[in-house]
Amino acid sequence: MPEGVPLLKMENIGKEYFGNRVLADVSFSLMPGEILGLVGENGAGKSTLMNILFGMSVIEETGGYEGRIIIDGEEKSFKDPFDALEAGIGMVHQEFSLIPGFTATENILLNRESMKYNPLVEVFGDRFKTLDRTDMNRRAVKAIDTLGVSLAPDTLISEMPVGHKQFTEIAREIDRKKTKLLVLDEPTAVLAESEAQVLIEALKKLACQGISIIFISHRLQEIIDLCDKLVVLRDGRVIQEAKTGETNVRQIASWMVGRQISGAADAAQEKERKFGEVILRTQNLWVDMPGETVRDVSIEVRQGEIFGLGGLAGQGKVGISNGIMGLYVSGGKVFVRGKEIKLNDPSSSLMEGMAFVSEDRRGVGLLLEEGIDWNITFTAMQVQEKFISHLLGGLIKWRDDKAVTKCTEDYIKALEIRCTGPKQRAVELSGGNQQKVCLAKAFAVAPEILFVSEPTRGIDVGAKKLVLDTLRRVNEETGTTIIMTSSELEELRSICDRVAIINEGRVSGILPAKSPAEEFGLLMLGHVVERSPDEILAERCR
Amino acid sequence: MADKNKGSMSLKNILANNAVPIIFIGLSAIAIPISGFSANYLIQEMLTRLARNSFLVLSLLIPILAGMGLNFGMVLGAMAGQIGLIFVTDWAVTGVYGMMLAGLIGTPIAIVLGYICGAVLNRAKGREMVTSYILGFFINGVYQLIVLYTMGRLIPISNPQLVLSRGYGIRNAINLTGVRHVLDNLIPLKIFNNIDVPVATFILIGFFCILIIWFRKTKLGQDMRALGQDMKVAEEAGIPVERTRIIAILISTILACYGQIIFLQNIGTMNTYNSHEQAGMFAIAAILIGGASVSRATITNVFVGVVLFHLMFVVSPMAGKELIGQAQLGEYFRVFVSYGIIALALVLHAWRRMRAKAEARRSLRGEE
Repeated sequence: MPEGVPLLKMENIGKEYFGNRVLADVSFSLMPGEILGLVGENGAGKSTLMNILFGMSVIEETGGYEGRIIIDGEEKSFKDPFDALEAGIGMVHQEFSLIPGFTATENILLNRESMKYNPLVEVFGDRFKTLDRTDMNRRAVKAIDTLGVSLAPDTLISEMPVGHKQFTEIAREIDRKKTKLLVLDEPTAVLAESEAQVLIEALKKLACQGISIIFISHRLQEIIDLCDKLVVLRDGRVIQEAKTGETNVRQIASWMVGRQISGAADAAQEKERKFGEVILRTQNLWVDMPGETVRDVSIEVRQGEIFGLGGLAGQGKVGISNGIMGLYVSGGKVFVRGKEIKLNDPSSSLMEGMAFVSEDRRGVGLLLEEGIDWNITFTAMQVQEKFISHLLGGLIKWRDDKAVTKCTEDYIKALEIRCTGPKQRAVELSGGNQQKVCLAKAFAVAPEILFVSEPTRGIDVGAKKLVLDTLRRVNEETGTTIIMTSSELEELRSICDRVAIINEGRVSGILPAKSPAEEFGLLMLGHVVERSPDEILAERCR
Repeated sequence: MADKNKGSMSLKNILANNAVPIIFIGLSAIAIPISGFSANYLIQEMLTRLARNSFLVLSLLIPILAGMGLNFGMVLGAMAGQIGLIFVTDWAVTGVYGMMLAGLIGTPIAIVLGYICGAVLNRAKGREMVTSYILGFFINGVYQLIVLYTMGRLIPISNPQLVLSRGYGIRNAINLTGVRHVLDNLIPLKIFNNIDVPVATFILIGFFCILIIWFRKTKLGQDMRALGQDMKVAEEAGIPVERTRIIAILISTILACYGQIIFLQNIGTMNTYNSHEQAGMFAIAAILIGGASVSRATITNVFVGVVLFHLMFVVSPMAGKELIGQAQLGEYFRVFVSYGIIALALVLHAWRRMRAKAEARRSLRGEE
């Protein structure tokens, strides 16, 4: 690597969101033409770090940051992204920032078009200049050539494959003459392998021309192929900084996920557990849930099991339960006790004895303006006609308020819901207590299969433990099969029997919960599928 | 197999996208022979009405380009134009100069109203249409206040023919003798069997169409296209979104002001308290019948729409009379059609957006 002044130096960067520390003491430096890989789990602080570098307004609004950013030996602090662009930092975000009805050329040169003079400009100002299409085309072709990819400049974005959209975004940053540092946030996540390969070659070419690159990716093999060095973030700290030549995928994965596992987690698994027949089976399930697309999932869950669905955010784990419960458009086949159920119909899923505690507590889970009693008993009343007395031989159905109150009081006691009484409105409860109401609502229908999605998100440690203990107790006492989706691997490992890791909408592997964390880490990054055991062995012996 | 599917899909798409004009062509084809009008008469009527209405309808194009939907707020411009006409009639400035003066008086009023409208719509992003519609009612109240109470009192109006008998306020109907047909008859031309062609009006409209085509090629036009498709991306690219949106509405309002003056010089009388309201509704109905949507409109849509809409106007009363002996059917039909077509366009727009979203989700999954 070249000697001299680093292009970018970040010193002791720290950031707190409302007293919650998300970054602490992060330092690294980047030479011109160097490629840095930035890896870490969701929530490790990668995005926050890049938001600070790019001067996003959210940082300023939440109290700024600590530490110093030094570019070309000069300390900088950007007030907004345009300042950062001015200083030569280009960023390609995860979501495309492209105009669908524009051509590649128009998008590459968006708001930086070449223009021609005409007399009306004197009256109405510069925006009445006409576009110089010939010159725009020339500049677009030049940027595309620098990138070294094949991309037709006059194709509409809406008609392009995903890979080409990504190239268009990068070409836009290249056209800015000033760009010295390019930040790419998971650029390959949406690409097929061959497309990703082309992109990596293109980035290498850019680096040879002296542009530095920060490359964020969950695909560790790409990091090793492309980057000169990498920084591993975990819980807002730099865990490791290493040259990519001196490490390997397995080692990086263990740096990423390697937390200390609490002893309590394993204790639960010590008892021998017995399961019944296969109760739920999915076959090539797909779900169109925006942001959590499920592509092809086939799993089998047995009676009495606690089955975990894990994986990184946006990979599709959340979509599975939502799809089976009929909340999003889905396809493929789902069998309950060997019988195929009707998809896209929430009531038929409920009738089959399945219940769902949604990750969207306030939207799907609760009737916010109603009392706790209604919230808990509503589904049971609707689907199973519990808490209903029949008059005149069933002609008139009457709500049995006494039974409702009784049931609610039982659950308030059992789940330690902190409230003023059964009539308190759900909206007034804290997050943890709302979650307990959601659980009680699901328990009230006495489901055979219970889907629980992100049950501990946004609730405090004490409530977390109570929620998990409740789930385990219900499983033991009633034999309810529980399928739990969670972003927290440790939580899944502490309560589940088996955990399936979902990656890119597919099952990348199913492991017993006792397997070491790094095995899960590798699955999350979607690596084991492509690697034979021999390879892994060979790597270990190296 | 896949190709064949695609082929039939695209034909279906073409039909679906042009369903409205196709239906109206079909209706006209049935109604024209029944009405028994001569070709001569219909051609004359269409030429007159094209000249009368096109400019107003063209004023809708730019807000659609900027993604702000159908500018119901164009009635603001129409009001400005009418105020200009009231003054020139009072001052007895006649001929082309009268028209130009009316435009000159209307322009600053249209600029102020357009700016207000644009600023309000910037606070109601995504709900521009309903907001501008209601804003039209509000400004109509202000217009009535000015015309009904202050004109003849605070604002001197000397011509007693304009003023209500109580001494202030403008009469409901104003005779625009001074400017009647001045533009239409500026360059007289007769073709075929005595068909009058309003050449000067058409030249003005033609010039304006070229201006719009040129405008789309300017930086400002490009920025409007960009933010019309994705406001967030445009903003991230540094395009001044709010300012550009105000400019779009400003242009539309000013053009509607001129459009209303051209419209009224052709009609020859002005309905002080109603003319502007009809202007917005009928212009929007016309452009939609021409095949435009809330998010996409071309100059062709404007002319096709004006012709088809007015063909229905002219033909349906006679057709109604011939069929069931009642000419009122035509009047009923035109109101029915205007509102119906706008409702249909809005529903279609919502439906298309939903379909596009579903398709986007499917493509995320990476399957056919």
